[in-house]
Amino acid sequence: MLLALVFLPILLGGIAFVLPSERHRPWLLPLGGAAHLGLTATAIARRAPPMLSGYLVLDSLGTLVLGFTSVLFFLCFLYAPGYLKQRAERPNRVFVACLLVFVGTTSLILLTHHLGLMWVALEATTLCSAPLLYFNHNARSLEAVWKYLLVGSVGIALALLGSLFLAYSALYARLPPSLLLDDLVRDGPALSRPWLHAAFVLLFVGYGTKMGLAPMHTWKPDAYGEAPGLVGALLAGGLTNCAFLAILRFFRILSAAGEAAFARELMVGVGLFSIAVAGVFMARQRDYKRLLAYSSVEHMGILVLGVGVGGNAVFGSLLHLVNNGLTKGVLFLSVANIHRAFASKTVEGTTGAMRLVPVSGALFLLGFFAITGSPPFGPFVSEFTILSAAVSGGRYVVVGLFLLLLVIVFMGMGATVLAVVQGTPAGIDKARVRSPETFLTVAPAVVFLVLVLGLGLYLPPPLESVIRHAAAFEVTR
Amino acid sequence: MSASASILVIVLMLNFFVLGTSRLRAVINASAGQGFALGVLALLAHPHIDADTVLVGVGAAVIKGFVIPTMLLRAMRDADIRREVEPLIGFVPSLLLCAVGTGAALVFSSTLPLAPEHQGSLLVPASLATVLSGFIVLTTRKKAINQVVGYLVLENGIYIMGLTLLEAMPFLVEVGVLLDLFVAIFVMGIIINQISREFGSLDTARLTALKE
Repeated sequence: MLLALVFLPILLGGIAFVLPSERHRPWLLPLGGAAHLGLTATAIARRAPPMLSGYLVLDSLGTLVLGFTSVLFFLCFLYAPGYLKQRAERPNRVFVACLLVFVGTTSLILLTHHLGLMWVALEATTLCSAPLLYFNHNARSLEAVWKYLLVGSVGIALALLGSLFLAYSALYARLPPSLLLDDLVRDGPALSRPWLHAAFVLLFVGYGTKMGLAPMHTWKPDAYGEAPGLVGALLAGGLTNCAFLAILRFFRILSAAGEAAFARELMVGVGLFSIAVAGVFMARQRDYKRLLAYSSVEHMGILVLGVGVGGNAVFGSLLHLVNNGLTKGVLFLSVANIHRAFASKTVEGTTGAMRLVPVSGALFLLGFFAITGSPPFGPFVSEFTILSAAVSGGRYVVVGLFLLLLVIVFMGMGATVLAVVQGTPAGIDKARVRSPETFLTVAPAVVFLVLVLGLGLYLPPPLESVIRHAAAFEVTR
Repeated sequence: MSASASILVIVLMLNFFVLGTSRLRAVINASAGQGFALGVLALLAHPHIDADTVLVGVGAAVIKGFVIPTMLLRAMRDADIRREVEPLIGFVPSLLLCAVGTGAALVFSSTLPLAPEHQGSLLVPASLATVLSGFIVLTTRKKAINQVVGYLVLENGIYIMGLTLLEAMPFLVEVGVLLDLFVAIFVMGIIINQISREFGSLDTARLTALKE
């Protein structure tokens, strides 16, 4: 069952690669997305047992992130055929195949409890996302891919070094060699402390690079700016969350060793720094796709900040993982339509989106309010949970800085978003532009928005219980 | 001085050579020599030769020592790029940085306790120093090929660390070091090809359309 979650999408990717029809091939995406969602739902409902002697385990954290990621894939893949139809000038063979393989390797990251295999899966995900970023085959997207691969590979290399350090901390303690998460958590108290600390720093920097935390975020604006909106949504809501989950797995080992406080301070610092860097670069940002990239840097910062604050903020952080991912779906998919209608992604060439592409313009505006934490949307609830946990933990400096930075982000992002949405489309003859808004390219974003709004108003008890269980990943002795 | 210690000293000296020389061809050859030396080191460092050691040792010597350098030299010839390294900071400052990095690696690794079988070995400091040198090359050189060499040097540093764990966890070391290298370099090779076709040069300083 768990193995099928990994191999079925990869198999479909192979089929997509050999299928000759450019017109029919994109329909493999919704098919694959639906199959993955169905399998995920069954695996969660039946509590699928571990496979391959503990290499594949569906734990509570995996249940949350896999369940959410599967919904994200499904909705984004519903959008894909409509998008690829409008981009019929570009061959889609590699694009569709890589998207499907991406689903398989992502599932492997979330399911495996073997830390070496997790590393391999993340590396594979990075490699198969490179052709996705290069879909437009122009000089700018090439530059973006180069930076993405170079920075990403260095991050992944550091994560490998960290994994080796972690293994050495067990070797030094004369423990039986194992890289299974559960073994390391059990043996946590015996691990060599200096090696463990160095390992966590390397792993945090390495996987933090994949997450896009500042100051390792430099690939992100370029990659999100040049990639198709659909790919941006999958990276911002999918891959970055996988890297976050990897960090949480190592945090669990550290907490089992009784060294959680060390990791916490690191996470609070890097989290606040990421939000601050994002705030600075969002102010007067003329390119609205890069704006979304910095928003992603900001929210990755919020995720690690929540874990760093601890207590109920961990719950808030995991809830925010879902809320942020869903809202990124609204934003990236609506922005993709705006981008296609105006053929420009800067504020100078894009005014009056509300008139030219009314639904996408409205979705972009509502998505902006949601992502900046305005009630009644989901991110408001999760950010508020983190804040109130920080207040009850007595972290007043953190609370003050966090609130201040949220205001700065709101103002910076608002100026650009309003400039895009309002006004009249200048120099564009509305009758001559073929609107990119069709049912398939609008409906998925609307569903994302409905989900974001729904989670802001009502948190279903089953979901709450999954998040509660997932938030208890820390080991207390 | 034992044979493996001499090899590690050669590896460290090649770090300085990669940062200090101005000819791109020499830089690529130096990284090839480093990779080959590390393959030999894997075979020397382990008294009983088994399948894992041979795979990692011979694999590294062949891939790092011959396959990748040949690919890079060919890319250099095909793209017809200038032979000189174009550093963002001068050669002397890069060498100084490398010296500081090597010193810091020695100091830091002295705080890490070693298992009895690695007592007195240079593996850990050499690993950290090589990772840092690779990082310096990556961040201070403009040509795409030169950046790939930086990545290779960084990977060489990780490979040295992997040697300490070869007996305990052969799977992680093999998969991590060889697969990663091969695939990453393969993909980067394709991209390098695309860059030279698109821009008519392998100078990443021309990749500057995307910035704030």
